[in-house]
This record gives sequence, structure tokens and C-alpha cells, in this order.
Amino acid sequence: MSHLPYVVAAWLLLVGLYGVVTSRNLVHAIICLSVAQSSTYILLLSVGFERGGTAPIFLDVPVGTKAVDPVVGALALTDIVVGATVSALLLALAVQAYKHHGSLDPERLGREQD
Amino acid sequence: MTPTLRRRVFLVAAVAAGALLLWGLTGLPDYGVYAGPYGDVLNQVAVAERKAANVVAAVTFDYRGIDTMGEEFILFAAVIGVAILLRAQRGETEQPPDEDAADRHAPATSNAVRVVGLALVGPVVLFGIYVVTHGHLSPGGGFQGGVVLATAALLVYLSGEYVTLRRVSPEVVGDLAESTGAAGYVGVGLLGVAAGATFLANVLPLGEPGALLSAGTIPVLNLAVGLEVAGGFVLLLSEFLEQTLVIRRPGEVT
Repeated sequence: MSHLPYVVAAWLLLVGLYGVVTSRNLVHAIICLSVAQSSTYILLLSVGFERGGTAPIFLDVPVGTKAVDPVVGALALTDIVVGATVSALLLALAVQAYKHHGSLDPERLGREQD
Repeated sequence: MTPTLRRRVFLVAAVAAGALLLWGLTGLPDYGVYAGPYGDVLNQVAVAERKAANVVAAVTFDYRGIDTMGEEFILFAAVIGVAILLRAQRGETEQPPDEDAADRHAPATSNAVRVVGLALVGPVVLFGIYVVTHGHLSPGGGFQGGVVLATAALLVYLSGEYVTLRRVSPEVVGDLAESTGAAGYVGVGLLGVAAGATFLANVLPLGEPGALLSAGTIPVLNLAVGLEVAGGFVLLLSEFLEQTLVIRRPGEVT
């Protein structure tokens, strides 16, 4: 059980990619990509977790208290920001794809609008 | 490639990738056992060195400040990308939103949504400012607070009308906030160069940990990021709203 969070991260990545591969709707595919990406948050934070550690904020607790790794916290922040911007860009592309092809189905994107 | 074939190809690849992932992940230290040493070192020295109670903020805006600048510009570039992608296409026309048009009427929002939305705008703005300005003391900071601030604009849209949103936050305000925030971050970085240190060096007085005015450049950088994120997300919001409310395709019934 000591590796369960890592297994969850791997599962989320694969299940998200499965959604992207089999998706019939661009918006759904973008959400699946977000699911796949959320696995990286879990992986990062689990790597930096220390049992019994508190948040690395030394306002109410003295320096020297056992705390989790602040570096992975900062990396997860970067990760979330990049994820949000990628989603926004992809959604904008989906809006234009719908206008040009009259469909959000990736299978029909090659065709001209009837 | 048919969907069935694609699914089969993916399943084969997924089994292989999953096996590799599990093999690699089981080689990591057990969950809850931190192998270190960077986090432990930072937790020991960051408060004394930077006077920032929140070590994550010290990492984000000081030790890895240049990395966060890159992250800020990713956001900047993405917002510009969305604005370019969603500009009026060939053949599309911009029409006044329904509330402004003489011949059409937007369905009225329910009074409950309107009252709760409007009542929330003030507290949400205040909370956003609090989160931005206390990033070096407590969980939060410019990115988180900026998003909270941008939701205030969404509440204005939900509880009123699109034109009200445009009136309280015209596009130029979002543009200005976003670019001022991005430039402000670089400006604080150049402050370090001007003081004879390196780019993004923490050259402002550090103060005492736990005080609102402490940690040198970290709260200033948080302000810059908060401004940029709030402006950027308001712009994103209005670009997407414009698609449904203002832009009309040729031949589309309005």
C-alpha cells in the first residue's frame, strides 16, 4: 500500500489518455487531457510528502517542525497554471473548429461543412 | 484509422506504458518517506534567509523566481493566443449584445441569482486582494488570488448583464492589468540588477517573518502576478463570452 498514490497517478494518466484517444467530442477530449495532467499533481505532491509533516508555512509552527517539501508545491503551482492556459487555448481552438466544420467530432474535422 | 483499431493500438501501448510506469514508480521511496534533501534544507533556511513564513512562496518567487517569470509569460502568451484565435473571422460580424439591441431581449436572470451574485462581488474582491497580499505568509499568492479576483467579473456577468460586465471591466482594463503585471515582474527583476546584484535578486528590506511587509520582493512579485492573472482571466472570460453574445456568423439567425 505504500505505493498507492503513485499507482493512482499512473492510472489517472492512462485513463485520461484513453479518453483523449477514444473521444468523439473535442471539449470532452480537452477535459480528458486535464484528467491526464492531474496525475502529475498527485505524483509531484506524493514524492514530496513526508509522513507527519505539516505544510511548509512557519507562521504558527517554529522552524524545524517536520514539514513537506516546498519545492514540489511550487512545481505543482506551475503545473496548474500551465494546465489552465493549455485548456483555454485548446477550447478556443475547439470553438473555431466547430465554426469551420460544424461539428466537434474529431472524426469529422477533415471534412468541409456540408 | 477506425475507432476500434485506434482503441486496440492504444490498449497495447497503454499496457506497455503502464508496465514501464509501475516499474519506475515502485523504485521510488515509499510514500510518506521523503528522500530529500532540497525540501528539508529549504525548510530549515528559507525563513531565516528570506523572512518569508511561507516557504512555497519563497521557492516560487525567490529561489526559483526566474522560472516563475517564464510561467507568467506562458500565461501571457496563452491569453494573447486565445484573443487572436477568437477574433472575428472572415464573414463574421459583431453585433450589439442582446441587452443593447432594440429588437431583441435577453432572458432575464432570476432574482435569486442576481441578488446572491451581486452580494458576493464585494466579498470576493476583498478575498482576492487578501489572498494576493498574504502570499508570503499563508497559502495563496498572486496566481490563486488573481483567479479569485477574476471570478468577481464572472459574478457580475451572472448577476447582471453582459453590457454591465463590459462597463465595469472594459477590455482595455484587462489589457492594462495583464501587461502591467507582466512588465512589473520584469521590473522587480531589474531592480536587482540596478542594485548591483543579479536579476530577480531579493534586494528590498526583508523585515521580520510573519509581518505583512516582509520577505522583500516576494509580496511585490505576488502583486504583479495577481494583477496579471486577474487581467488575463478577465480577458479570457470576455473573449469566450463574446463568441456567444456578440459575434454572429453569416446567415446565423439572431
